[in-house]
Amino acid sequence: MEFFKYTRTFNFMGKSKIAMVFSIILVLASYALLATKGLNYGVDFAGGTIIQVKYDTTAPIDTMREKLKGNKLFNGASITEFGSPDEVVIRMKSTTGNVTVDIGDVTRAALKGSGKFEIRRVDIVGPTVGAELKEKGIMSLLLAVLGILVYVAFRFEWRFAVASIFALVHDVSIALGAITLVGLDVNLDVLAALLTILGYSLNDTIIVFDRIREGVTESRNSELADTINESVTRTLARTTLTSLTTFFVVFTLFMFGGEIIHAFAFTLLVGVVVGTYSSIFVASPILLWFGFDVKGYHEKLAAKTKREAEKQRMRDQYESGVM
Amino acid sequence: MKLNYRIVIFALAIAFGLVFSAPSLLQMEKGKKVTLGLDLQGGLHMLLGVKTEEAVKSRIKSIAASVKHFSEREDILIDELTFDESAVDFSVLDSDELPKVQAFLKEIEGSVVSVNGENVSLSLTPEEVIKTQKEAISQAIETIRNRLDQFGLTEPVVARQGNEKILVQLAGIKTQEEEQRARELISRAAKLELMAVDEDRAARVYNMSDADAAEYGDVILEDVKNPAIKYLVREIPILDGGMLTDASMGFDQNNRPLINFKLNAEGAEIFGDFTGKSVGKRLAVVLDGKVYSAPNINERIGGGAGQISGNYTVMEAKDLAIALRSGSLLAPIYLMEKRSVGPSLGADSIKASMVALIGGFVLVIAFMVVYYRAAGVIANIALIANLFIILAVMSLFGATLTLPGMAGIVLTVGMSVDANVIISERIRELVYEGKSMHKAIEDGYSNAMRAILDANVTTVIATIILYAYGTGAIKGFAITMTIGIFASMLTAILGTHGIYQLLEERISKSKNNRFWFGIKG
Repeated sequence: MEFFKYTRTFNFMGKSKIAMVFSIILVLASYALLATKGLNYGVDFAGGTIIQVKYDTTAPIDTMREKLKGNKLFNGASITEFGSPDEVVIRMKSTTGNVTVDIGDVTRAALKGSGKFEIRRVDIVGPTVGAELKEKGIMSLLLAVLGILVYVAFRFEWRFAVASIFALVHDVSIALGAITLVGLDVNLDVLAALLTILGYSLNDTIIVFDRIREGVTESRNSELADTINESVTRTLARTTLTSLTTFFVVFTLFMFGGEIIHAFAFTLLVGVVVGTYSSIFVASPILLWFGFDVKGYHEKLAAKTKREAEKQRMRDQYESGVM
Repeated sequence: MKLNYRIVIFALAIAFGLVFSAPSLLQMEKGKKVTLGLDLQGGLHMLLGVKTEEAVKSRIKSIAASVKHFSEREDILIDELTFDESAVDFSVLDSDELPKVQAFLKEIEGSVVSVNGENVSLSLTPEEVIKTQKEAISQAIETIRNRLDQFGLTEPVVARQGNEKILVQLAGIKTQEEEQRARELISRAAKLELMAVDEDRAARVYNMSDADAAEYGDVILEDVKNPAIKYLVREIPILDGGMLTDASMGFDQNNRPLINFKLNAEGAEIFGDFTGKSVGKRLAVVLDGKVYSAPNINERIGGGAGQISGNYTVMEAKDLAIALRSGSLLAPIYLMEKRSVGPSLGADSIKASMVALIGGFVLVIAFMVVYYRAAGVIANIALIANLFIILAVMSLFGATLTLPGMAGIVLTVGMSVDANVIISERIRELVYEGKSMHKAIEDGYSNAMRAILDANVTTVIATIILYAYGTGAIKGFAITMTIGIFASMLTAILGTHGIYQLLEERISKSKNNRFWFGIKG
């Protein structure tokens, strides 16, 4: 089976302006969402308490609200269904520092008489820990981007690195926008998903760039746009296929992975789609616009080959005892 | 069919994967197994802080107690012995005795003594304060570890995190009651103090405020069973739990549980001295600020053994004895983070992620065969080998499999076929260009290699950073992803290359590109 034939080269660069407008709209819309609605930080980063309660029958949410009302600790607590009607999650901003009797124990006592229930999960994150996790999270994103930038600049060329970073920022921004739109809680798992998107989308971009590098080195055509078109076309089958297989597994994770992994899978799902799109329509045109200089690259390569040849000549001379 | 080194290595890798993943897969008794994370098997994760300022306060208090004991033993009259959170103050009535007192105080480590006339003030140097705080943290870790070791859970984790946080991880906690018991045991100060009842004023205790009591150097403490019963005791204890050498559960004559304790030689001497002098008065046994009993002293008690009776169940008495035996916490601890997962939720998570893993796996495998035919089958062999190797490596190193870790494996399934997709596409291209099968395969691999390597390195950069900065369960994701990427280099690149080399002649001869690579011609 084949999705694409190798006989035809698609003119991707011709469509790059439209794609760019589309991308800019998406990214700006994401930022607008982030600015207005804002990210919904979960307990991991904001601090607070999550209590997951499972009832034998449908959870009596109204009764629960009534029962929790009496205690100051539960001010502003929200109770929402979690995956099934039997299961609910209580979220609140407050935390307790007491080890012996914590807010989970208080909740259990407060809910007594609301039916037969089991507290299946209690997450308490104190404000200091939350702030620390947030700091570490932002740090890890920045470091990952920096590490990738350095590696790509080293293996390719700085313009490749900058173009791939643009694509990454594009992907992460849109993923964040989607998270904000749906109103997911941003916790550590979402951060992990964002980092995976970084890795994944970069994967795609690098495969395309590798082809462009190869094309530039081998072809005498100094028209970069043509080389890019051909490279993107030639990697199109691979890009689509890998995206499809990854999409399959992420989708099953999203559908069947359970409520706890939902946010993680959703973020990845968006990331896979956006990452595939960006490696074709965002990274390569940026490379073009940055004015990657094919002639200069050829000259550099030639100079490098010459230098090596010179070195080899010197070595040969040295070994044969001329010097 | 030609054997080649690649296929040999691949076969060895598969054997390695099968052998070392077997204990985990088949739940064998012997052999190293993958550890399930707290989120999958259920358990309690806590990050605890230590209120170190309380340790400094109690250090000051114990200096005050030793000053008192010294003066009584040496018959030096001192007056107005008081202490606050940073200093001990008193005055020596006979100034001739001052040198003797100063000599004694000099022995107290890290103290600064200032004498003004007959008034003596002792405080701690800043270094000593920091040292005390540091010790409080180390001691808390040590104490909590001791207590949990005796609690009877398998492999409790107690470790320092950062400078002043304590990480406690308890796997396999089954019930809410068990969790609460563990938390009680961990957080219990278990501070035992033997205190003298102030018999001169005891009768007026119900008409006194805390401030009134403080004026006489007393404190008012409640009875443990009945908070309405109050005792007026001297604020500076006769001795404290630091001099305890052993504590165990026993039964009184009515078969009610109680706790027997023994004091060390120094404690026994102080205890003997005090009881000898205080016949007819009462001695309060105080635990964590509550009076457990206040028996009359009938005679001098030597030997340094005593009992704490209370109204506890066997379980409570047992835990209390563990706490006393493991030493008291110098400073109270507080909860900074807690994550507890019930075993039923863990089981649900395993089920859900297995469904996702199998579902995704089947989809990918079917897709590869449909699209690439034989090449797809070869890629699938690599994929399956990859899964075994991930599990084997994790078992071998005792790595922890968490829910995000499961997600990492699921994701690896999707991404590890990527290498084979890239390679197969390259081979297809070369076949179209009319290259010989040998050249198509060899060039296909070498052309694909660079891209695969670069792509994998960048992903590894992201996962390593995730490992370094992630916490708990997220680390598990980074682990499985990283192992998966490295394993895929072995299986998807080296392994499949070996298979192609093995079959090369056959592929060349058959000329059936449709069967081998899913393309025409």
